[in-house]
Amino acid sequence: MIELVNVKKVFNAGNPSEFSALNSVNLLIEENQVTVLKGPSGSGKTTLLSIIGCMSRPSAGRVKLQGREITSLPERFLTDIRRKTFGFIFQQPNLIKGISVLDNVMLPAYPLGEKRVHLKNKAMKGLAALNIANKAASKVEWLSGGEAQRTSIVRALINDPYIIIADEPTAHLDTKLSYRFMEIIETFKAEGKTVIITSHDPLVYESSMVDRVVNLRDGQIEV
Amino acid sequence: MRHWIEKQRYIIDFTLSSLLRRKVKNVGLLALYTLIVFILASTMFFTYSIKKEASLILKDSPEIVVQKIVAGRHDLFPVDYINTIKKIRGVASVESRLWGYYYDGLVGANYTLLTPPRNGRFTDTGKSTAKTTVVDSESTDNSKPLFELNGAVLEPGTLIIGNGIARLRAIGTGDYMPFLAFDGNVLNFKIAGVLSSQSELVSSDLMLINEEDFRKLFGIDNSYVTDVTVAVNNPEEIAMVASKIKKRLPQARPIIRDEILRTYDSIFNWRGGMMIVIFSAAVLAFVIFAWDKASGLSAGERREIGILKAVGWETSDVIQMKFWEGAIISLTAFFTGVILAYIHVFFTGSIVFEPALKGWSSLYPNFKLTPFVNLEQLTTLFFLTVVPYTVATIVPIWRAATIDPDSAMRFTGE
Repeated sequence: MIELVNVKKVFNAGNPSEFSALNSVNLLIEENQVTVLKGPSGSGKTTLLSIIGCMSRPSAGRVKLQGREITSLPERFLTDIRRKTFGFIFQQPNLIKGISVLDNVMLPAYPLGEKRVHLKNKAMKGLAALNIANKAASKVEWLSGGEAQRTSIVRALINDPYIIIADEPTAHLDTKLSYRFMEIIETFKAEGKTVIITSHDPLVYESSMVDRVVNLRDGQIEV
Repeated sequence: MRHWIEKQRYIIDFTLSSLLRRKVKNVGLLALYTLIVFILASTMFFTYSIKKEASLILKDSPEIVVQKIVAGRHDLFPVDYINTIKKIRGVASVESRLWGYYYDGLVGANYTLLTPPRNGRFTDTGKSTAKTTVVDSESTDNSKPLFELNGAVLEPGTLIIGNGIARLRAIGTGDYMPFLAFDGNVLNFKIAGVLSSQSELVSSDLMLINEEDFRKLFGIDNSYVTDVTVAVNNPEEIAMVASKIKKRLPQARPIIRDEILRTYDSIFNWRGGMMIVIFSAAVLAFVIFAWDKASGLSAGERREIGILKAVGWETSDVIQMKFWEGAIISLTAFFTGVILAYIHVFFTGSIVFEPALKGWSSLYPNFKLTPFVNLEQLTTLFFLTVVPYTVATIVPIWRAATIDPDSAMRFTGE
């Protein structure tokens, strides 16, 4: 369970260009549910997602994960939580060019120092589950858009997180690939994972598997 | 611990692949870095070895050389003085020497003319009784000879010349060389031999000449010599004997061996220091380049660091990655530069900076140095090259490592 209490986020505080991205957001996200944060561009979806995923801190307010206050934790602990709890799927696949699909997938696990054989097996299993095991040795620049997206999904799952965060995952996918993506999300839900997605794509927020849609506008939740 | 080692292995693996992905940039940096190490290492190896070489040769040089000084100027040494010196307690022997400089206007070079020592393997008449080697007056059997003669015989009317002169004048054994004597007459000497190249550091511009010919050329009367060398029974008494000589012969100037060694030391220290000062500008330029390289991260590199942080790498993991990157580049450049410098100095005779470091006239010696490298030198070199690079890159690396992890989320273009 994730709880946000009176969360505010201000960019460039004190400068003439000061900008308030989130204003007093209160939100409770239940476990094992698919939650979609919906809203127009600039509504604060990505900012909210990055605060939930421990990638940035709120300017004010508190964030609780399983009842534990995490806002004030030092960076090291926050990174540890991020690594073990969250799997990130970005708008772009954000893969590192010049190295193989397998290396990209294993990247989040490097700082944990897991044994190479175990890690490789885990990565290969993940790639096989999404039908891209045959591309394991390929360089990422040779992949199609769908394959790159699936590679980034396998990477998000390598540390076996129980919360999946996806930021506009279908923004660069065609309809067929977008449906394929939602099928994958359904499997996550079936495995008991919590999924939080930001999107303004009807194909996502109107999907039957979505449990809750949160509307955001001008940094606030619309009731 | 196992996790920690495994983690370092992953990070090093990733660092190596990162370096290979930016081949052009990193090869350029590595080449420049290697060049800097090579220049500094060559200067240090050369200076240290030449000093060592010179001190080994001079180790067996005379304990005291006595010259006559008139109004601060070096003057001819009266033979009568020799007896006065011999009477000083502690003096083992006194040998007279005849030597002088001759300027050759044709090639613009100065030669050093010397009559071979009497108790070397030459007789008073200049006829060789031995095959090849002339050792300095106080040499012991196991010492390095001052110069070697390749079996030549020094007879009246002949010369034995150093390798530098032979090269410069393009002459050899059997050729004639004209000299303008003190009275304006031209003296023609036949080249009887060329000194071995082994001892070229001290013999490049050297000419061995018969005593009679020397006196004819320079117009020196039999009652004078150029200077004398003094051997002392007890090495502890050298300074005392020198002061006694000074007291009994106020016009004499005794020069002890340690003073000569000190002069050599400071000459080569000065030359090496001069080179290092010149190249310190190059080191500074390199530090600026390294800073620029580390701080001017490309958009691609910033994005990569953003992705790593977003997928769970800590700031310290990124710093470790950058540390390994720096270590791989630094150590590769350091060892490559040192090895190349070693080959350059000890196998190719320092072809690059030979003119700046050796010799002081147009007669550059051409010789191979014996390798002398010690840990102190390598440590100094390490601190002159690797440490500035590390210091120059540490701040930009830290700045790069603290990129917000959510920058990957904000990135929307490929």
